[in-house]
Amino acid sequence: MAFDADTPGPPHALELKRVVKSFGPVVALRSGSLTLDRGSIHALIGENGAGKSTLVKIIAGLYRRDAGDLLLEGESVDFTSTAQSKAAGIAVIYQEPTLFPDLSVTENIFMGRQPTNRFGRIDRKAMRTEAVEIFGRLGVALDPDRVTEGLSIADQQIIEIAKAISLDARVLIMDEPTAALSGVEVERLFAVARSLRDEGRALLFISHRFDEVFALCDTVTVMRDGSYVETTPIAETTVDELVRQMVGRDVTEMFPKQPAAIGDVVLQVEGLTRTGVFRDISFTLRRGEIVGLAGLVGAGRSEVARAVFGVDTYESGRVVLDGAVLRKGDPRAATARGIALVPEDRRKQGLVLDDGVARNITLTIRSKLARWGLIWNRLENEAARVWASRLEVKTAALDAEAGTLSGGNQQKVVLGKWLATEPIVLIVDEPTRGIDVGTKAEVHRLLSELAQQGIAILMISSELPEVLGMADRVLVMREGRLTAELPRAEATPEAVMFAATAPAEAAA
Amino acid sequence: MSATLTPVQPGTSGASRIVRRIATARETGIAVALVLVIVAATASNPTFLFSSDGFRDLLLTPSLLLLVAVGQAFVIITRSVDLSVGSVVGLTAYLTGRLFIDIPGIPIIVVFAAGVLLGGLLGAVNGVLVAWAKVPALVITLGTMYIYRGINVAWTGSDRINASDLPRDFRGLGTEHLLGIPILTIIALVVLIAAAWYLRNIRGGRELYAIGSDPDAAHLYGLRVSRRIITAFVVSGALAGLAGVLYAARYGTVSSAAGFGWELQAIGAAVIGGVAISGGVGTVWGAAIGAFLLLTINRALPILGIDDFWQRAVVGVLILGSIVLDRLLAVRQHRRLIAQREVDR
Amino acid sequence: MTVVTDAATARVYQAHARPAWRRLLLTRETAIIALLIVVIVVALASVRNFDSPLTVTYLLRDIAPILLIALPMTLIIITEEIDLSVASIVGLSSVMTGILTQAGLPFPLAAALAVVVGAVAGAFNGFLVTVVGLPSLAVTIGTLALFRGIAVGLLGTTAITGFPEEWTDLAKANIPGTPVPMIMIVFVILAVVFAVLLHFTPFGRSLYAIGLNKEAAHFSGIDVGRAKFTLFVLSGAVSGFAGVYFTLLYSNARGDNAMGMELQVIAAVLLGGVSIFGGRGALHGVIAGVLLIGTLGSALRLAGITSDIINVITGVLLVLSVVSASLLAWLHQRRSAAVGRRRGRRSAEGGAAGDETHNHASTSHQGRKQR
Repeated sequence: MAFDADTPGPPHALELKRVVKSFGPVVALRSGSLTLDRGSIHALIGENGAGKSTLVKIIAGLYRRDAGDLLLEGESVDFTSTAQSKAAGIAVIYQEPTLFPDLSVTENIFMGRQPTNRFGRIDRKAMRTEAVEIFGRLGVALDPDRVTEGLSIADQQIIEIAKAISLDARVLIMDEPTAALSGVEVERLFAVARSLRDEGRALLFISHRFDEVFALCDTVTVMRDGSYVETTPIAETTVDELVRQMVGRDVTEMFPKQPAAIGDVVLQVEGLTRTGVFRDISFTLRRGEIVGLAGLVGAGRSEVARAVFGVDTYESGRVVLDGAVLRKGDPRAATARGIALVPEDRRKQGLVLDDGVARNITLTIRSKLARWGLIWNRLENEAARVWASRLEVKTAALDAEAGTLSGGNQQKVVLGKWLATEPIVLIVDEPTRGIDVGTKAEVHRLLSELAQQGIAILMISSELPEVLGMADRVLVMREGRLTAELPRAEATPEAVMFAATAPAEAAA
Repeated sequence: MSATLTPVQPGTSGASRIVRRIATARETGIAVALVLVIVAATASNPTFLFSSDGFRDLLLTPSLLLLVAVGQAFVIITRSVDLSVGSVVGLTAYLTGRLFIDIPGIPIIVVFAAGVLLGGLLGAVNGVLVAWAKVPALVITLGTMYIYRGINVAWTGSDRINASDLPRDFRGLGTEHLLGIPILTIIALVVLIAAAWYLRNIRGGRELYAIGSDPDAAHLYGLRVSRRIITAFVVSGALAGLAGVLYAARYGTVSSAAGFGWELQAIGAAVIGGVAISGGVGTVWGAAIGAFLLLTINRALPILGIDDFWQRAVVGVLILGSIVLDRLLAVRQHRRLIAQREVDR
Repeated sequence: MTVVTDAATARVYQAHARPAWRRLLLTRETAIIALLIVVIVVALASVRNFDSPLTVTYLLRDIAPILLIALPMTLIIITEEIDLSVASIVGLSSVMTGILTQAGLPFPLAAALAVVVGAVAGAFNGFLVTVVGLPSLAVTIGTLALFRGIAVGLLGTTAITGFPEEWTDLAKANIPGTPVPMIMIVFVILAVVFAVLLHFTPFGRSLYAIGLNKEAAHFSGIDVGRAKFTLFVLSGAVSGFAGVYFTLLYSNARGDNAMGMELQVIAAVLLGGVSIFGGRGALHGVIAGVLLIGTLGSALRLAGITSDIINVITGVLLVLSVVSASLLAWLHQRRSAAVGRRRGRRSAEGGAAGDETHNHASTSHQGRKQR
């Protein structure tokens, strides 16, 4: 169904037509269009850099569009602040909820709009009653009096939704809401979304996960390179078709895994335990192997990786690298001994965004590069060139700030920085998250080559196809424990999902 | 649609919750500490409390600091700090004297208004720079602290306001009682109650806590962050201005050193009283009790055999002790809340 | 420029995006150095006696402690921390020097111990910040009171004045044949050491990384806690040394020596282009900043302006320098937004929307804590 601007009938809840937005020389949105109807859950998909996030921020009033139409219930609107869009009935629930940790759940819901009596005095009882009523309607149990500090992301999202309901939002936008949720929490969120839809609200669901899109949504809009591509009812399309629209070309071989010679054991993790996070984790890694570590978000995989590498600590157990025990809690020692960790959050943990590309790449080897204890720009640039060209990083210059690079190139910089340390064990945590399909294939090819060179790779990923395509062996974690170890031949989607979701006793 | 599903755990009835919250409140803790200090000092020397001078000084001296500490609490709650308040006190104290000398017969209420207005204006300068220029409050108020003090010293010169320059009625405010309580203290208490009420029951007050708890979230919520921050600094300045006017009433003599170092004591009082430097928590009650505790300890030192040159060191120890305590408590609470989350799952 | 050829494509990486003159001249450091030169020229022309050698001597002698302390303070602010207790450590060290000398210790030993006391005080700060995990603003407000309080508590209102003449003379002496005080030799050596440390060592690189993104620095194997602890100890030690010098220069040890000096140090460091948000700054700018404040103060004093006015001017300079940094950033953002709007209109009208590499607007510096 092609986008038709002149459909007669009742006005759509929200409509965007050919919206444009630039930041300096960067065109983030070339032509954004979207039609949201009441009582519908509409999916918005596209690669990173497709412009989805910019579109959402324009709807939310964070940015002002440079050109194009924005219509709410048929009326043209122009939001100059988030307060305006909220007042107009639009609510956005971001991936990372922003709440006030020191204040109570109820105050978080009503901050800035607390009910008051004649004299302007806040009516706390009315506030609390309404909060309890909203939670009841949503079917969730949350203590309205507790402070929001320490609440899980899932609960925080519920509070955000409660906020939206108290505002009587007619349009709810959910930006990658399931990224940090476990299976049960995703189901709860979907139930809430459906009940909101049934109340006649319009929902926009942005996600990278096709299974969720197909499970929850009734319509899907695809964007690519800052422009609108197409809108289709979910029932009339397939994943392949959607990917083709997103990428603009047929997707052939996405995971070119070459066989590699598997050598002897290089890493042994024995009985690693940290109360409340992970328990009794034991596994081995061999040279040339790619071991996938699968599981749902929150299973504790990143925590294990960080503990092995030394960024976090652990309480009992040990890590043996190349025959010798590795000191815990010491990333510098780990790096010197040959372990590298490409972290989950490349912007916050992997890169110094305000620093140049060369500085970022050489951060891990700065001591190695130093001569007589001194280091200077030319030394850094020479080393950076080697890795930037090997990984084909696209950047204007070596001192360009890492934050100006695209997601894929940023990930290459992080990889370069760690490969520069010449590791024998490489741990990558969500190596292709938020990266365009082209760079994704490059990263997979790179990992495959590294394995062929004899490096042992532990790959944490939430994308089942990626894990199954790349790994020689698949480890599965659930709620802090290792529930399965599957050789490639036995690693089917069903087996992995079963191990990731079934209670530990049943999997034994 | 299901009915309310708020979980009820044993021992969490409304009443028992309130009792538990009061018992573990920071304010209670320092109030108890205050009582202990008074008891210890009085045991050592009964005139500490049981003499007309003793009782009066106990209430009178901290009242001025209380005003400044309450204002400082407003600012710290929004995750800022105001280092210029001491200088504001000095300026307004001198202004008070100058007004009475240069304009004979000026009504006392006008002098009060002038002092509070000047203080509010000086606070507004801070607030605007912090809110609009997005510059950290530490740096701005460090600068204005010296600017205001410099102006004060330049204006005062070697001049000095003396008690004889001030009308008797005015001086009476600083020395007389009403039902045994000094008028100054009553004024301070009225301000304290008004401030506490605002912070608890008015939207603007709650937004100050929100801004201090998470400034980014405050922007996303659409709160008028700039306006609130400016308000907080205006309050801090205005209360410092009021304290300056009352300073003149209490002491009679005003030199260019008036108010020197008060910013440190005000911050100390607030921090001791549970107003965390990271913002978002604390009450003006705590700041007030903190002010009393700080100055009472200082007064009690010589009685307990410690040279009062050590006063400043005591302030330092109290500030450090408070922030260390806050940190330990926060770590413990965080662990408890996460553990609770595990249980709820 | 070497070219690295890949099998498929030849990718040439320029070292710098902007030409050298833009990189070197359009910086805050250059602006401050230029301002310093302007002030010197104007003062030489308009203030009587400014050009006398005595002026240079007194100027450098007086700001030497600030010059010294500004060195470690720069490093501390670059890591997004702050040390408000430096002046109190100076006072404490001064008192210790006096007490130990009075107790009969040979002066060099008393001085060395005073420096050690400064280092210990710095270690105390460092411990509270890195081990206990407290914000440095709160800690150093507390230790500002504590260390000053100990200093005053130890001496009360008395002052110790009997210091060996050969040492007080040394402190006041000039390099033979010049109006430059001997202390400047010490300063130059320390300045070179700190400059090399900050700009040309792996440790220095790690400081910038810590200031820009503490988490990423930790993930990269940098021991953030140890680095910050080291800086606080350095700050304490240098402040301790400055205290010894101060005592000799004025031949007295008092509890309230150097009161308020922390403002001047911080003002000079910020004026010199170091960002209060961490991660940016250079030592040549800081040194120019100190000299600027010192020269301005000296010239004004010679012109008959009292020190309270000079304090006002210092305060105004501090406020202006940080406000101007914010203003420049805001103007830059407005300009790129305007360019964006123009671009957007053109492309919407069907005009040529140039095809550039898909760079994405980054959101750095989000949610910076106000301090």
